[in-house]
Amino acid sequence: MPKRLSIVDAELCVGCQSCMFACNRRFAEAGIGRSAILVQSMGGFDRGFVVRVCKSCKEPPCEKVCPTGAMTGRKGGGVVLNPDKCVSCGNCVRACTIGAIQWDTTADKPVVCVYCGYCAPYCPYGVLKLEEIQDEEPALLLTTAGAGEAGVSATEAPSPDRPGVNV
Amino acid sequence: MTEAGKLSRVLYVDLTRRRHWVSERPELFDRCLGGTGVGIRLLSEECRQGIDPLGPENPIILCSSLLSGVFPLTSKMIAMFKSPLTGNLGESHAGGRAAVALRMAGYGAMVIRGRSGTPVYLAVREDEVRLRDASVMWGMGSSSAICRIIGEKEGNPGIRSIMNSGRAGDYLVRYASVAVDTCRHFGRLGLGAVFGSKKLKAVVISGKKSLTVSDPRGYRSLYDELFKTFTTSPLLKKYHDLGTPANVLTLNATKTLPTKNLQAVQFAGAEALSGEELAKNFLGRRAACAHCPVSCVHIAAVRVQYPDEPYFYKTRMISYDYEPIFALGTMLEIRSARGYLLLMDRAEELGLDAMTVGVALAWATEALERGILTTDDTDGVELKWGDHVRYMEALDKIVEQRNDFYRALAKGTEYAASKYGGKDFALVFGGNEMPGYHTGLATYLGHIVGSRHSHLDGAGYSYDQKVNAMKKPAVPAEAAKALFEEEAWRQILSSIGACFFARAVYTPEMVGRCLRVIGKERTSAELRRLGERILREKYAFKFREGFSLSPEAIPIPRRVLELPTPQGTLREEDFREGIREFERLIRGAGPSA
Repeated sequence: MPKRLSIVDAELCVGCQSCMFACNRRFAEAGIGRSAILVQSMGGFDRGFVVRVCKSCKEPPCEKVCPTGAMTGRKGGGVVLNPDKCVSCGNCVRACTIGAIQWDTTADKPVVCVYCGYCAPYCPYGVLKLEEIQDEEPALLLTTAGAGEAGVSATEAPSPDRPGVNV
Repeated sequence: MTEAGKLSRVLYVDLTRRRHWVSERPELFDRCLGGTGVGIRLLSEECRQGIDPLGPENPIILCSSLLSGVFPLTSKMIAMFKSPLTGNLGESHAGGRAAVALRMAGYGAMVIRGRSGTPVYLAVREDEVRLRDASVMWGMGSSSAICRIIGEKEGNPGIRSIMNSGRAGDYLVRYASVAVDTCRHFGRLGLGAVFGSKKLKAVVISGKKSLTVSDPRGYRSLYDELFKTFTTSPLLKKYHDLGTPANVLTLNATKTLPTKNLQAVQFAGAEALSGEELAKNFLGRRAACAHCPVSCVHIAAVRVQYPDEPYFYKTRMISYDYEPIFALGTMLEIRSARGYLLLMDRAEELGLDAMTVGVALAWATEALERGILTTDDTDGVELKWGDHVRYMEALDKIVEQRNDFYRALAKGTEYAASKYGGKDFALVFGGNEMPGYHTGLATYLGHIVGSRHSHLDGAGYSYDQKVNAMKKPAVPAEAAKALFEEEAWRQILSSIGACFFARAVYTPEMVGRCLRVIGKERTSAELRRLGERILREKYAFKFREGFSLSPEAIPIPRRVLELPTPQGTLREEDFREGIREFERLIRGAGPSA
């Protein structure tokens, strides 16, 4: 099964950014310029932190807006970036709703999570976890059926016939 | 040369002419590593003898280091300037994200010269340096609001650091601080006032880089070794668990907790101000400096009801540490954690150094009690032990300086005592208000002789505690030697940006190993020699600016000699002997090449 990063509890985050440095050390380099993770405060350390990691979307917006097919969907969720096809337009960064795609200013290319999990053991408080994407988890319907058909509204209650519609 | 091993760019900003330029100084970082080592070189170059600390000639120097952004717990930014409080070396260290941000923006150090005509803040990015208007924030009474305004305007969250002064800096209070990312500080020696004198409200730095190392495999394995130590070692557990406030009960139990302007060394209310009590009833959030898994930052949540609106509350988030608890708590005999926290919050929002202002208020309270001051002087504020509300009023008055007394107190306790009297109980050493340890000879000796007059210079309290545990008397010459050696080594720690809490891990051998990974060979002996050299350069600056260790220049407040320590009652002649020995050591070889 493919893996993805999940955030166990962002309230546990102390903002040390050890995960960002770890992500960069995948390349055995120091600093944070190639990190796919961003940890920021909510306007001052005293207000807590936002942890931006790729959520492995089933239908990733970044893939949809990539004009060259450099971002392709990964089986199970998330994307794979082919830097050779990428034209550095930045559409993916703007399209990611949760701001989980970073930019490598030196290479002038996006940096997106590769779901390796190298960062997770460096989180001293267990905020991040690498987990297997569960196939049996109830599928969330992201699209309603086409116009004119008896569509399923996302606001309807889930039922045995419409598993997983639970917004 | 690898990118991690190369640090060379110094950013110069002239506020008067609104110009900036970059100078390549590879030799500076190659020889001095960064931080304090680079800072004292740049200060000696930039700061002419005898200049006014609040004049445009006083430079502000900010230094990152070779290991910042490379290894954990090496994220201290070092600031150097001429101190408006002591008139000689101004050196202050702060955590947060500042040092990493400066390095990630591509600079090793910054030099800020001149004075702006109107309030500005300085925004530094990898590809851009801007001076932006800050007039709307000038005189603003909330330091945290200033940080948020700038954060919102500048963007780049997560790869950015904001260093800002508060209202106290704008009014040139000689011990105004500069907050870093809202809850870390350049607290001591008045950097905030130097900001104020330059009409500089803040410095915001952002950037991100990836840095190659010379031994990639070795880098990852050494990193893992350090990371494991920092997250599992008992050496850092104290800072991780209760944080520095763990000291409150320890010091109280050994009768070394300065209380009520050092009229006592034990406090009946210590329990209420203890790290245990704060953690149990107030701890609301934990935070960490960049690249530090220890996360020693403890932030209290205090719910405050509005007086006229019964169902309206605010929740203040207030970071706390031992030294502010001592200065604004035990020294003022504050008996509730809540009272201390609210007073702390006010000092924080005004941008006052908590330690200095607490000791100043303790002196003022005793002076009022003894009739040296009257409530006319204090503008009607009846300063009273334990009354945090009156102390909060006094903080505002110190900042605004509407009468002679507050103008004097805003220049520091030593100045106020020289004008009004009460020097015997003005707890100031080398012009800087005391830290919170009545452990014995070495701690006070350290405050007197230390290059920053800080407990962190030579850690005299730690020496005392070891001697006290063995029930041995402190020998002045031995204490002086221990202080000198510790302070000399700590110059290396502050030159690599290491947090002093990591001092047991960053040994000479470990620092050598870290430097090797980025392509620099330094033996332990070379590092120790460099530490001594940097320390001597700092004293050369101090002596040049008129600092003296002669008995006339260094009065010892009688109060210190009155109350027994675990080593017995301290004697002036022991201090004199220790000072002579330290001076002999520091002047010994002279600045070596």
